[in-house]
Amino acid sequence: MSKILKINGLEKTYTSGNKQLTVLHNISFDVEQGQTFSIVGPSGSGKTTLLGLCAGLDAPNSGSVELCGHDLNTLNEDQRAQLRNREVGFIFQNFQLLPTLTALENVSVPLELQGAKHAAKRSMELLDQVGLADRFHHYPSQLSGGEQQRVALARAFSNSPSILFADEPTGNLDEETGEKVIKLLFDLNKASNTTLVIVSHDLDLANRTQQILRLKGGQILTNQPTAAH
Amino acid sequence: MSWLFKMAWRDAKASRVRLVLFMASIVLGIAAVVSIQLFRDNLQDNIQQQSKSLMGADYLIDIDETPNERAQAIIDSLNPVATEVNFVSMIAFPKNGGTKLVRVRGLEGAFPIYGKMKTQPELASSTYQDDQGALVDATLMLQYNIEPGDSIKVGELTLPIIGSLNSLPGSSAVMSSVAPPVVIPFGLVPDTELLQFGSRKEYQYYYKADATTDLIQLEKVLEPMLDAEKADLDTHTSTSRRLGRRYENMGKFLNLVAFIALLLGCVGIASSVHIYIREKLKHIAVLKCLGASRRQSFLIYLIQIAGIGIIGGCIGGLIGIGIQESFPYILQEFLPFEVSISITAQPVIMGIVLGFLMAVLFALLSLLNTWYVSPLQALRISDTSNSNKPKVARFAVFGAIVLFLFLFSYWLLEHIPYAIAFVIGMLITFAILAGVATLIMKLIKLWFPKSLGYTTRQSLLNLYRPNNQTLVLIVAIGLGTFLISTLYFTKDILLAKTEVGSGAQSANIIMLDVQPEQGEAISNTIAGNDLEVIDNIPLVTMRIHSVKGMEANEVQQDTTIRMRRWVFNHEFRTTYRDSLIASEEILEGEWVSEVSAGEVVPISISDNVAEDAQVTIGDKIVFNVQGVLMETVVGSIRMVDWGQLQLNFSVVFPKGVLEKAPQFNVLTTNAPNEASSARLQQAVVKDFPNVTIIDLRQVYTIVEDILSKVTWIINFMAFFSILTGIIVLIGSVRTSKYQRIKESVLLRTLGAQNKQILKISALEYLLLGLVGSLVGIVLALISAMLLALFVFNEPFVPSVIPFVVFLPIISLLVLGIGLSNISGVLNSSPLEVLRREV
Repeated sequence: MSKILKINGLEKTYTSGNKQLTVLHNISFDVEQGQTFSIVGPSGSGKTTLLGLCAGLDAPNSGSVELCGHDLNTLNEDQRAQLRNREVGFIFQNFQLLPTLTALENVSVPLELQGAKHAAKRSMELLDQVGLADRFHHYPSQLSGGEQQRVALARAFSNSPSILFADEPTGNLDEETGEKVIKLLFDLNKASNTTLVIVSHDLDLANRTQQILRLKGGQILTNQPTAAH
Repeated sequence: MSWLFKMAWRDAKASRVRLVLFMASIVLGIAAVVSIQLFRDNLQDNIQQQSKSLMGADYLIDIDETPNERAQAIIDSLNPVATEVNFVSMIAFPKNGGTKLVRVRGLEGAFPIYGKMKTQPELASSTYQDDQGALVDATLMLQYNIEPGDSIKVGELTLPIIGSLNSLPGSSAVMSSVAPPVVIPFGLVPDTELLQFGSRKEYQYYYKADATTDLIQLEKVLEPMLDAEKADLDTHTSTSRRLGRRYENMGKFLNLVAFIALLLGCVGIASSVHIYIREKLKHIAVLKCLGASRRQSFLIYLIQIAGIGIIGGCIGGLIGIGIQESFPYILQEFLPFEVSISITAQPVIMGIVLGFLMAVLFALLSLLNTWYVSPLQALRISDTSNSNKPKVARFAVFGAIVLFLFLFSYWLLEHIPYAIAFVIGMLITFAILAGVATLIMKLIKLWFPKSLGYTTRQSLLNLYRPNNQTLVLIVAIGLGTFLISTLYFTKDILLAKTEVGSGAQSANIIMLDVQPEQGEAISNTIAGNDLEVIDNIPLVTMRIHSVKGMEANEVQQDTTIRMRRWVFNHEFRTTYRDSLIASEEILEGEWVSEVSAGEVVPISISDNVAEDAQVTIGDKIVFNVQGVLMETVVGSIRMVDWGQLQLNFSVVFPKGVLEKAPQFNVLTTNAPNEASSARLQQAVVKDFPNVTIIDLRQVYTIVEDILSKVTWIINFMAFFSILTGIIVLIGSVRTSKYQRIKESVLLRTLGAQNKQILKISALEYLLLGLVGSLVGIVLALISAMLLALFVFNEPFVPSVIPFVVFLPIISLLVLGIGLSNISGVLNSSPLEVLRREV
């Protein structure tokens, strides 16, 4: 199997006042194409920072990230954005739907950015798959949390990404709704054969992925396959 | 590209309430600028029309003798519309044997080209030529109890009086003349047999210029040619210049109002966009996560704002035209003049261009943030790595804003130093307000009153903690108040000036030719009519004999000398006194109040005489005082406000020189109405037939008319812009609604009561309103003082109105809007508010 994400010797430090704060230290791991992968750890362990670096939302202080065969260090901000638009899907803890766009328009954004011709049609299909076809003209503020996350799922899959990053996808949802969203996430993932990288502190969720990377204090504790593998 | 437009439209559609506030600033600013520009143009046309009425033509050529062939060729080549010959002569009224020195004006052709010859009966002005009769000054007829139908004897010619003459264009010379006008047909002048060789007369040829003629250029070209033939060219523009500083100042004031209206719009834009974009940064981070480039996310909002600028500019332009159009209908009763409306696309185009530039430039600083926002923000990570945003871009935007302001003010003022001063003034004001806001935040942080209650502490914390709006609101409120107050102070400066001369103590009756021994008796007659003598001015007539050692013929021969010929031909009516009067100001040299016998006589001359005679301080001028040559030097040069309703003089001597020269006096008084004026005139003429009386109320009708317009315009425009400012201010504070709503909802969720939430917001907004408006007013006081000193050249007496009215009203307004911003939180459940507003 080919590797879709290769992380090598990643370091990330932030400056807070006069102090240097090391958030990630010497992180190296790979994610296989089509694999489901989770990053777990307590709060402040650097999970979200790592996810940001993996997706090219930020640049490391040292080390390299190779995403879909591209060394992110060699790409500028706009080239990374282009890569994300082509290859990456995102799911956020707080859904991050654009409040000024309807559900359908939110789902269409990645496709429209690509200049796709039938963005609306494809978006409607995805909304149908997440069970929200009848709510396509609703604004995010008119939807419940679970519905918003389902719209976010549809958006994440709209550009048929090679890899999907999910940051605490159930963090803002109740258990029942969260369960439904996760099921939908895995189903869609399976159907589209997308690589899935989930950041979570929920071990139950992590155990449903094929590989778990445990972080603590910005360092890798373990990187092991799960029973689901 | 079309996706960018689509996204801009989608986002704008959902943010319409916020964008309406933003657009309101543009609409109001542009509407004010457009209507002021149109109104100013209209008014200028109106006043220009009246300045043409003062002369009766666009320009005229005058010559003191029968024109020679060359002069006649020039005169004829320009195709005069009307011709006049005028001369001073005694006339007689056969009815009662009364005699009087008058100015006979022989007219032919379509005179006046502009303005109206007002006669009683009205038709007399058009029939006197055919009826071969005369029109006689109304005051003169009143004094001598003459009626239309009586006859008048001019030299050897006796002709019927067709009507009384109430006003006649071209009669402004009456101000300096001792003779009331009598109009007769030009063709009858030879029959008077008064125009012999060598007798004093003046030929005037009146012209109409087409719309494209540049009168200044025409004057430049013709003046030397005419000068060589002893003729002069006078244009209506130079006549309107004589209307004085008030007219000039009104133009400057209207420019100031337009500048301020636009700036108010810019303040509104900058403050509302700043907060609007700040709220959008998270959305932009999400867009970037989804793959939007920096350029794309920047362009979405740039397109949105540019679109709003264009639409706002278009609406503003149309409203500006609408305001202008509605004036004649709404304000017909109040407007002191007719406004003619011409609809052109130019104001709308101007509105669109200005709206676009205003919106984009003043939003650009905030828009730059979209470029640098990190997609990490979508992952709840506050990224600090981009805090060092390239300074070059910011400086470039800042430079573009400054350039725009400079170009706009230069377009309005057409004066580079003023435009630079206006822009620097705005920058200093902005810097001071930003400095005060920063200082306040630092001071509160430094001396935070920890012992105070929770709500007070929370209010104060809101002023300097992250997500504070102190800087934005203090700058917006401060700039708004600064601009409004500057207008108010400036309006006061100009109106105080306009009042001078129109008060009860301004002379409107002038009595000339009062012999020294008659002074006391006439004063008693004035007092006997329950009136007061305002001035008793000695008057000595003289001519210039030589300037800087050169006599008239030498000047004539030397073509390199640019001295104007009239200087030698003019009979100067001079006076002597020991002090300046209100309408005068020393430009150069020193005023000398008194000299002793034998000393060099330092005289004071008006700036126009200095320019035309090409003299400066220390130059020698020899006067011929009724046969006696008197050597003087130019001691000072004065600027004279000829528009003031009082007797002004080109040449003023110090005391101690002319007291023994043959002279007569001028007595002035103020007659409150026509009846008292007539009573006084009849009484004076009966006992002192040699005295000439001029009723300034008639002479100055046109000037007063213009002044009443000036007052009206100044008041109207000031209050219109102040209203604009207040609405923009409301918009700016209203935009801050979205800033505090989350905090208020959170507090509500945590159990805060209405009273507590209200208290927290009230104190925050009250402090912002008080500080912003106070600093704004103080800065306005300084700026108005500078404007009075350097732009309007008027004394400045600060009004207390901005302090006692604007300060509390603006503070309360800010408080009121601030509280209304959170009213939704108080009346609804937290979740409902979050869903609706956030």
